Amino acid sequence: MNSFFYYNAKKVILNIIIHIFLLSIAATCLFPLIWMIGSSLKTQQTVFRDFSLIPKEMHWENYYLAWKQGGFGRYFLNTIFYTVSVVLGIVFVSSLAAYAFSRFEFVGKNLIFYMFMAAMMIPIPGSFVPLYVLLNKLHLRNTPLGYILCMINVGLSTSIFLLKTFFDKTPRELEDAARIDGCSKLGLWWHVALPLAKPVLAVVVVFNTLNVWNEYVLALIIFDSRQLMPLQVALTTFQGEFITQYPLLMAGLTITAIPVILIYILMQKYIIKGVTQGAIVE
Amino acid sequence: MRIKLTLQNYLFILPALIIFSIFYIYPFYKVFQLGLYEWDGISPVKLFVGLANFKEIIFEDKIWWRSMLNAAYITFIALTFQNTLAFCLALACDREIRLRNFYRTIFFIPPVLSEVVVGLVWQWILDGNYGILNSWLIKLGFPHLVRNWLSDPRTALNCVAIVHSWKGFGWGFLIFLAGLQTIPRELYEAAKVDGADAWQMFRNITIPLMIPVMMLVAILTVLGTMQAFVLIIAMTGGGPAYHTEVPVLRILASMRGSSRFGYACAQGISFGIILVIISFIQYRFSQKARQIY
Repeated sequence: MNSFFYYNAKKVILNIIIHIFLLSIAATCLFPLIWMIGSSLKTQQTVFRDFSLIPKEMHWENYYLAWKQGGFGRYFLNTIFYTVSVVLGIVFVSSLAAYAFSRFEFVGKNLIFYMFMAAMMIPIPGSFVPLYVLLNKLHLRNTPLGYILCMINVGLSTSIFLLKTFFDKTPRELEDAARIDGCSKLGLWWHVALPLAKPVLAVVVVFNTLNVWNEYVLALIIFDSRQLMPLQVALTTFQGEFITQYPLLMAGLTITAIPVILIYILMQKYIIKGVTQGAIVE
Repeated sequence: MRIKLTLQNYLFILPALIIFSIFYIYPFYKVFQLGLYEWDGISPVKLFVGLANFKEIIFEDKIWWRSMLNAAYITFIALTFQNTLAFCLALACDREIRLRNFYRTIFFIPPVLSEVVVGLVWQWILDGNYGILNSWLIKLGFPHLVRNWLSDPRTALNCVAIVHSWKGFGWGFLIFLAGLQTIPRELYEAAKVDGADAWQMFRNITIPLMIPVMMLVAILTVLGTMQAFVLIIAMTGGGPAYHTEVPVLRILASMRGSSRFGYACAQGISFGIILVIISFIQYRFSQKARQIY
């Protein structure tokens, strides 16, 4: 009886220690975000003196000012436009290719497929230098199209890999049935394969959305005009202008971060699946 | 008919192939070509200089090697501090513990945020005059510790390394946790029946089975951290006086700052080769480690 209590007490204490450890790390994860949002609601006078996490007076108008005066409305819409275009492009282009790699036979199939896979493995640090030169030559620099095409290429290899692995595992019976009904190859891809691939398409969409939303260096070298810049570049480029308006900068950061956090919380299942799949594929 | 069918097949991969050729293969080739030239990026004439750019990188560019050392230092902190933290958290969450999903959700928030957001928020927290860290230090009675964290040469690099670890540990955590959950529970139960204690089970079951996952995380950490630079742009811009400078920032500076496109490409090639060598060594090392266990 005594040893039973002893055993239980030991277990409880161990559990408490583990929870304290986990909670303290969780707190350090959340603190900067809360601090950011708190600071975005202060005024220029209070932001340097008031160190409370949740300010007494909430100045929500900072968000309106950041959106209008700070230009974050413009940058926000730019980012949304780039993200949607790139993700649609990737889904379209990579699912077509992955379907062909999985279902059809043609000369050079393996070679081309391994070329895409090699691109995932070989790091080219500073690949932005030749891309800059190339886009200049094609007169695509400082254009949305140039950026969108570059970013489609960035997400292509991984997406093809994920989708091909999925198609390889799905049985062909449904497609055979559809083919007998006179469906063309393109029709099979669109009407049968894509709807079946929804779970893995979700992984592709979520990962690429986060990736494009957070992308920095290509946007930095491609865009000169203020009107075209996405959020990330605008934040670092015009940071200096906000020295006199710190709460507006914090509001801008919050505007940039909130969509990402929302997507993450809503689509968590797919993100965890994507990360751990990568680990198990190895 | 057959030819038509084959052409149809190629049509499916054509969009991917075109984009890939223009935006990956061509730049890949261009990097190697430009690395042999001295070129400002605008003028129609490129001056062929052979391997002079590489010679300059290896023998004269002190800042380049310093940036390499800084990146190696940040990588060292990420490999030790960040991955140990990630592994401990994964071990804690692998137990039958309440709030497990809550913790898992929270730990992966820093990785989904952009480096720009993370860098600017931490810059504000660590600010010398108005930062909350200094204000807390004063309140808690450590005024002698107050400093300009990001512009003090003694602390800047460590601050960057710690913030980088803060942003990155969630990745390792998720992968470690997934790895731990693939270990069959029966192994532990059998060991318990045989009278093994917690440490023995950890030493003889958990560690050997986790070696491949640890190696994977290590490779990902090295490749990711060596090439990290956006966080540093947002926090310090490489300063004070090159104390937080990293290789990719140097490449960017060669291109945009001094308009030496050829030199920037040569730096990219040198760095790429170093990264490939490092990951190859790590790969061989992980094969060896697998054989031992």
